Amino acid sequence: MQSIYLAIPLAPLFGAIVAGLFGWKIGRTASHLVAIAGVAVAFVLSLIVFKHIVIDAAEPFNGTVYTWMVSNDINFQIGFLIDKLTAVMLIVVTFVSLMVHIYTIGYMHDDPGYQRFFSYIALFTFSMLMLVMSNNFLQLFFGWEAVGLVSYLLIGFWYKKPTAIYANLKAFLVNRVGDFGFLLGIAAVLMYTGSLDYAEVFKQAPSLSGRTMEIFDGHAWSILTVTCILLFIGAMGKSAQVPLHVWLPDSMEGPTPISALIHAATMVTAGIFMVARMSPLFELSETALSFVLVIGAITALFMGFLGLVQNDIKRVVAYSTLSQLGYMTVALGASAYATGIFHLMTHAFFKALLFLGAGAVIIAMHHEQDMRKMGGLRKYMPITWITSLIGSLALIGTPGFAGFYSKDAIIVAVRNSELAGSGFAYAAVLIGVFITALYSFRMYFMVFHGKERMDEHTREHLHECSAVVTVPLILLAIPSVLAGAIFVDQMAFGGFFGSAIVVDETHRIAADVAHHFDSWWGLILHSFADLPVYFAAAGVLLAWFLYMKRPDIPGMIQNRFALIHRILVNKYGFDRFNEIVFAGGSRQLGNLFWRVGDEKIIDGLVVNGSARSIGWFSTIVRHVQSGYLYHYAFVMIIGLLLLLTWVVFR
Amino acid sequence: MTFEKVVFYLFATILVLAAVRVITARNPVHAALFLVLAFFSSSALWILIEAEFLAITLVLVYVGAVMVLFLFVVMMLNINIDVMREGFIKYLPIGVAVAIISAIEMGIVITGNFGADKSPALVRKPADYSNTEAIGQVLYTEYLFAFEVAAVLLLVAIVAAIALTMRKRPNTRYQNPSSQVVVRKEDRLRVVKMDVEDKQS
Amino acid sequence: MITLSDYLIVGAILFCLSLAGIFLNRKNVIILLMSIELMLLAVNMNFVAFSAFLQDIAGQVFVFFILTVAAAEAAIGLAILVVLYRSKQSINVDDMDSMKG
Repeated sequence: MQSIYLAIPLAPLFGAIVAGLFGWKIGRTASHLVAIAGVAVAFVLSLIVFKHIVIDAAEPFNGTVYTWMVSNDINFQIGFLIDKLTAVMLIVVTFVSLMVHIYTIGYMHDDPGYQRFFSYIALFTFSMLMLVMSNNFLQLFFGWEAVGLVSYLLIGFWYKKPTAIYANLKAFLVNRVGDFGFLLGIAAVLMYTGSLDYAEVFKQAPSLSGRTMEIFDGHAWSILTVTCILLFIGAMGKSAQVPLHVWLPDSMEGPTPISALIHAATMVTAGIFMVARMSPLFELSETALSFVLVIGAITALFMGFLGLVQNDIKRVVAYSTLSQLGYMTVALGASAYATGIFHLMTHAFFKALLFLGAGAVIIAMHHEQDMRKMGGLRKYMPITWITSLIGSLALIGTPGFAGFYSKDAIIVAVRNSELAGSGFAYAAVLIGVFITALYSFRMYFMVFHGKERMDEHTREHLHECSAVVTVPLILLAIPSVLAGAIFVDQMAFGGFFGSAIVVDETHRIAADVAHHFDSWWGLILHSFADLPVYFAAAGVLLAWFLYMKRPDIPGMIQNRFALIHRILVNKYGFDRFNEIVFAGGSRQLGNLFWRVGDEKIIDGLVVNGSARSIGWFSTIVRHVQSGYLYHYAFVMIIGLLLLLTWVVFR
Repeated sequence: MTFEKVVFYLFATILVLAAVRVITARNPVHAALFLVLAFFSSSALWILIEAEFLAITLVLVYVGAVMVLFLFVVMMLNINIDVMREGFIKYLPIGVAVAIISAIEMGIVITGNFGADKSPALVRKPADYSNTEAIGQVLYTEYLFAFEVAAVLLLVAIVAAIALTMRKRPNTRYQNPSSQVVVRKEDRLRVVKMDVEDKQS
Repeated sequence: MITLSDYLIVGAILFCLSLAGIFLNRKNVIILLMSIELMLLAVNMNFVAFSAFLQDIAGQVFVFFILTVAAAEAAIGLAILVVLYRSKQSINVDDMDSMKG
């Protein structure tokens, strides 16, 4: 099995290297073939691993492949930890990645950077696989940074577009903030346990639970709380939680396949995965869990509101992603790690589906992304229409669809949670369901129904996309419907992940959920006796009423509540705040250092100043060197005389 | 006042006067000749304390060679004496001041450390003592290496002096013995074949 | 009876005179060289006197080496003077300021 584990990340890497370095030589077709082949191999092997680990219930694999270096008893190793959590992530990553690869053939068909694009996404797949397969913090960090790098490269894929460059810079910088916390967290782990290996760290974690540290004098903090919050700050950056979410909407400047793969399905879930992986640590700190819970709830609710006012189709989906990531984080905070991962999985499928559907619409509309210029597309693009409808239904949690199980399980888990802030979180996720339904179907109705608002030229050319685009849509629609029902019994309720996820006895809420429902069918039946479904239905109805029945009302509401609308359009002012306080502040600070520190003190005083003072000194001293022999002789004689005087009168 | 003392003061006076004239003479030729006189007097002073070898060497080397060289150079170059004397008066006070200050300081050192009461008396050597032999004894044993180095130094000085002053004049004619020796018949002699000519024409 | 200090004083006077000579004849390289010779003579005078009065022949050996060096120095100094005169048609020290900073 070990060679299979090794082959899973290396196959996409091979594809990336060939497509990246030799793409110019082997041409477009060969480039995408080799990249897709690499990912396909990884997918097939992932299926084998899944069967081996999950279905055959083999022992988790935990082994070192390569020792990079040993320094002062700290081992830096490349190693794999393959348990059920990893196996699920492998399937999700390789499947979505494969779909996106195929879809890209159609989407990027005319782009001059075709080979480069395939190289990047194959490289991304490699990085993500290294991240999820890692058995130590170092490799986790490597994968973490590598996906960040590829994300940066891909957001700025169209590097001649100023907004794309701005967006990728922004993503990179915001992620730096998160990564700084993450790195500090890893450093804290290393400092207190002396190891980077998961197994070793988790073994030592309980012994740390009572200990405290003092960062500032007189303030004793629990080591585990500080470490967990630092690690979670990393997750906030990568998984775009408030207030580090600002990069994700802007990342939509990248090509749509990227938005689907990186900024919806896989990379942004790295933070969720990481927290789930660190569950043995987080379980020991209720403060950290509360923090996670509240941050997740804020993200889930308030990012959903923003989806209501966006007109760019991709941005709506992006805010929906933010909101759903908030749900996952809430699940983590409520100790329902398995449920969080479950939602991660189902979300990966239906969000990739929605993004690719949006991408298909964008292709058909000749790269027009404004929903106000769409409408009535269902006649022209039936496959896209149906699959997008499935994706939207899954997203809002219609009973029977994948999103329903995971989201409902999260809501139940939060309701049962007894942590500080769980009441707020419960309210947030409930309202979030309504909001999700509202913005999802607002988008759906605006794009596929209603009046045809596009111009004549575009309308004439409207047609369904080619098979490379529609086949991935169909293939993604299948798990969007089915994945929930298949896995809900085990993942949400049972101890599916086994030893991979540790839940403290006092936090066993997920088990309570299982206690209430014995099968997926029971969950559906029960849901009609509970609030979320009615919230979702209300959202859909309201969307229908506002955007189909009375399209004039939204404008009236907008005028009536202009202030709220403005706040939402301005995204609560996060961007402005960052722009003014952080960007502006650091620019001012930089200006200060430049003007005063660099130009005045270093250049003026130290560099030029010393040169000038030496020059001044030498213009004086130069007179000593007259070139006349007797002057030198005089100096020698007078020096001799002084020396003699000193010797005599000493 | 012994006879030795009288002789010493005589030559010491000549030496100091000669030295004064060396630095004040208008004409460099006179200066060189007074320098010769100074060397002669100091050589006499050295003989007075039984350093005959060095006294003779001083006369031979300095008076015989170096001073002649000085005279040569002085006479060879066309020197404008008046320009040379510029600044003499101007620098007289400072020169005298420096000389007096250093003389006082040296006097303090000498009288303080080597006064008549402190220095050992001169021990006269027996009649068969040879100063030359004594120097030779140490020079060729203890100081052999330094001696060789001094020899090489002189050689270098000779080469350097020649290399500095020698110049090739473009119009001078001179023989090149080495090329004269290696010359062959073919270089100089050309045999020309000619038809036999009719006497009538 | 001659004493050591007599010789040392003669040497000191010679040395001071040659110092003064360097100051006075600053324009004339030849007399400068002669002053240096005088200075060396003063040094030699001290060496010889110490050697004789302290019964150590090494002092005289040293004078021997000083004479060697002084002869070499005079030869090369005069050679430089000749070369200088050829290029500048003068031995005025004021003309030699090409090393000016």
